Amino acid sequence: MDTQSYFPVPPGVGMEENFLSLDDILLSHERLPIRTECTFPRLGFLEKSSDTQDIPEGTKMELPLWLTKGLYERKRKVVSVELPKVYKEGWRTVFNADPNVVDLHKMGPYYYGLGSQMLHFDSPENPEIAQTLLQTFIARFRRTMDSSQNAYNEDTSAFVERLDCLEKALFRSGQSGLNGFQSWEKGQASQLTASSLVLNYRKRKITDVQP
Amino acid sequence: MEALYEQNQSDVNEAKSEGRAELIPSIKLRHCCLLRNQRCVTAYLYDRLLRIRALRWEYGSVLPANVRFHMCAEELQWFSQYKKSLASFMRSLGGDEGLDITQDMKPPKSLYIEVRCLKDHGEFEIDDGTVILLKKNSQHFLPRWKCEQLIRQGVLEHVVS
Repeated sequence: MDTQSYFPVPPGVGMEENFLSLDDILLSHERLPIRTECTFPRLGFLEKSSDTQDIPEGTKMELPLWLTKGLYERKRKVVSVELPKVYKEGWRTVFNADPNVVDLHKMGPYYYGLGSQMLHFDSPENPEIAQTLLQTFIARFRRTMDSSQNAYNEDTSAFVERLDCLEKALFRSGQSGLNGFQSWEKGQASQLTASSLVLNYRKRKITDVQP
Repeated sequence: MEALYEQNQSDVNEAKSEGRAELIPSIKLRHCCLLRNQRCVTAYLYDRLLRIRALRWEYGSVLPANVRFHMCAEELQWFSQYKKSLASFMRSLGGDEGLDITQDMKPPKSLYIEVRCLKDHGEFEIDDGTVILLKKNSQHFLPRWKCEQLIRQGVLEHVVS
């Protein structure tokens, strides 16, 4: 097993995000449909369709998660968040019926992460959303774990591209464990190797030289 | 970021002096943008530091010149301080001489190992004084602790028969 020296900050678990985690920053870039509950003076230039100086009340816009989280207040004065369609009633029944068939990457690559963050916005359907997320994860986990532990030296891209980011990370760690075990069985574990950083760096250097 | 900040400042002053509370959402929005920029920048710099730390463990204490070229002055300073902390920590372990924990990343099976040279590295001296010329594709039987650094850098290759 290749010894790892670079440990990036992992994404947060559940409703909390890690401030320094790059995965969480990418996650919070996802857009949510919202409706403004009050006017935003002098910010009319953000709303491309209308030419007003301010953003009037009741505009429907798509704002990224980080902005929505910052602006949201429990007293509901500022913005109100609509659930993206993946978390609505229709899709929820699909997930309850058979979670394994769904292409979670297409539904927004951060299905679980975004779903957990949506729980911040106090929608009346929160318990159902939470329940659906949990059940989907449990149902799909078995398949992910099985394939990560048994697909050695195979092309798994057809399976992996239907996975959400969280599941992909789990799949990758399963695969690296499997590879480590196989290399140990073959006796390659005691062989000293050049570090992967060095190899990658050398490959990149060659492209620097070519104009 | 400065533009955002200035706009916000003028709005805050206006809100306070004239009592126009409706400017507050805009102020809040700009403030969120500022916080977001700060978060992205901080995360990027922190990630760079994590990678530099990994370089110390993979490459050893001397970094090649082109890697150093990409690091700014503060990062170089951080790297040398990290090196010093690591060295003093290693010295404090294991008795009088200290323990080099960057060696033996995988459990060793034997004292001497067979290595093949991947590229010309010049002359190499081992403990008992003999000098070995490392030419491409030459094979040698050398003590493990001497070669580990060079293997990790990709100069030598460990041959397992």
